[in-house]
Amino acid sequence: MNLVRRLVGNAPPRILWSLGALLALLLIAPALLGKYWLSVLILILYFAYVGQAWNILMGFAGQLSLGHALYAGLGGYIAAGLYFHYGIGPWAGLFAAVAVAATAGAIVGYLGFRFSLAGVYFALLTIAFSEFTRVAFDHWAWAGGSGGLFLKVDATRDIVNLRGGPVLFYYVILALAVGAFILCRALLESRLGRYWLAIREDAEAAQAVGVPVLRCKMIAIVISAALTALAGVWNAFYYNNLFPETAFAMGRSIEITLAPIIGGLGTLFGPVVGAVVLTGLGEAFTDLSDALRISGIKQIFYGLALLVIVVYRPAGVWPWLADKLGLKERQP
Amino acid sequence: MSGARLDLEGIGKSFRGLRAVHDVSFTVPAGAVHALIGPNGAGKTTIFNMIAGVFAPDAGAVRLDGETISGLRPDRICDAGVGRTFQLVKPFRGLSVLENVTVGALHRHRHLGQARDSAAAILSRLGLHDRRHQLAESLTLPDRKRLEVARALATEPKLLLLDEVMAGLRPTEVDVMVQFLRELNQRTGLTILLIEHVMRAVMALAAEIVVVSYGEKIAQGTPHEVTRHQAVLDVYLGEQEMA
Ligand SMILES: Nc1ncnc2c1ncn2[C@@H]1O[C@H](COP(=O)(O)OP(=O)(O)O)[C@@H](O)[C@H]1O
Ligand SMILES: [Mg+2]
Repeated sequence: MNLVRRLVGNAPPRILWSLGALLALLLIAPALLGKYWLSVLILILYFAYVGQAWNILMGFAGQLSLGHALYAGLGGYIAAGLYFHYGIGPWAGLFAAVAVAATAGAIVGYLGFRFSLAGVYFALLTIAFSEFTRVAFDHWAWAGGSGGLFLKVDATRDIVNLRGGPVLFYYVILALAVGAFILCRALLESRLGRYWLAIREDAEAAQAVGVPVLRCKMIAIVISAALTALAGVWNAFYYNNLFPETAFAMGRSIEITLAPIIGGLGTLFGPVVGAVVLTGLGEAFTDLSDALRISGIKQIFYGLALLVIVVYRPAGVWPWLADKLGLKERQP
Repeated sequence: MSGARLDLEGIGKSFRGLRAVHDVSFTVPAGAVHALIGPNGAGKTTIFNMIAGVFAPDAGAVRLDGETISGLRPDRICDAGVGRTFQLVKPFRGLSVLENVTVGALHRHRHLGQARDSAAAILSRLGLHDRRHQLAESLTLPDRKRLEVARALATEPKLLLLDEVMAGLRPTEVDVMVQFLRELNQRTGLTILLIEHVMRAVMALAAEIVVVSYGEKIAQGTPHEVTRHQAVLDVYLGEQEMA
């Protein structure tokens, strides 16, 4: 009860009702939507979820990671490998996946934060780790090496082993996205969350008022990595294949950062709004380039659209949208 | 809340060969208000940074109520009961005034609600209550200085280090701040060490003054004694402030 009160806190009733209605809609969406729109919604939820996970580290604690594919990749590979080799289902495998990714996060974080790497230097470290891991997985036979790891495609629903069609994966990613949203709200409204914001704004001043800066940053990267690993597990079982070249790709890391950046760094709704905008644009431009029969035009338009958003809404779409709607996500 | 005694025992610090502070010793008794003065570049802020743990002294020790705190991390020194302001103010720019101080208050209050109440009370006393929902980056410099004081106080320190918090305040505002600090000291017994160029404030507040020049302590005594000290007069020769 106390927790509920803290979560709901001083959120205006209007927002709570809207969120409730949205959630109800999302719950019945598979009955309303066709295959295509369901797959679009799945993508949106996926990016909202990983965006939320990344936003904890960057948006809250102010540490730029451009290597989050590392945690998604590790999570996916560990869970898929355990299932592939030993038949261990992902609900059990995810514990190993999360543990490995969280450890990787702790190592990256310790090296970066202990030696006070900040900004782009920390970002370079995260990229380096992701790249090393990609090379290692290229040569790791257990994980299938560069040839990849394939799970048997099987559309008969088997919830225990996370096998089934899009509807199953839809509900899992919905649960993750909603869970991450609630978790982030709870974190922001906690002492730890305030300490993160303080560190993001000025680490030296934060430390002077008693914030244990290194410990708080470590907690941020471990939570962020662990949540991202879950996205990786989901991803591996949804797509049924994993390649080092894609799982640990720089592009995958960048993709994770886009929704919160476009939507609004450090805000709760930013990653969600950003995921809607990005996926919407992506799909629209795919249709356009199909219609025009010019390949590659999608990437150009997509890039231009992002550029326009970043130039005209540098704080993200959500703060602007919230203003238009007469809402204000209370800037702490 | 009560005050702690501060002892500096021969502390020194060099930056790449430059001797910023050398062999400085003095004591601020529990509950006292002392001032640290000296020309720009004399090493005053460096002394604060050593007390607050930004860096450890190369030599000597800092003790708080007899416990050695030099060498500890800044957050540990805050735990020990030292609050400090920054001469070059360091607000959490993107957070509201209230949340800035709330971060400090969270040091003593685990729950956000309690911390916020405590922060709000401190803001009222410093005359920042009306601006509590503004972003810190929108404050004027005098208000940012006040915010520094509020945030440091929110941690409920036993020793408060104030680094030129009166700089840029108008004379009437200086009087308000002086009155606030005096009342705070009398009510809580908090020990205060202030670096200040505004002599009007130093004279009004400090029971004793420590004077540093070129990193060394050149004089210590009551305001009356110090203003008649020859070495001090030499350092400040021609400067208006001691007049
Ligand atoms: N972090 C630092 N790195 C290098 N030099 C410093 C640093 N902090 C202070 N100094 C130098 O130490 C001397 C004393 O500075 P400071 O303590 O700020 O003086 P004050 O506060 O009395 O004006 C100055 O010469 C300054 O340039
Ligand atoms: Mg100074």
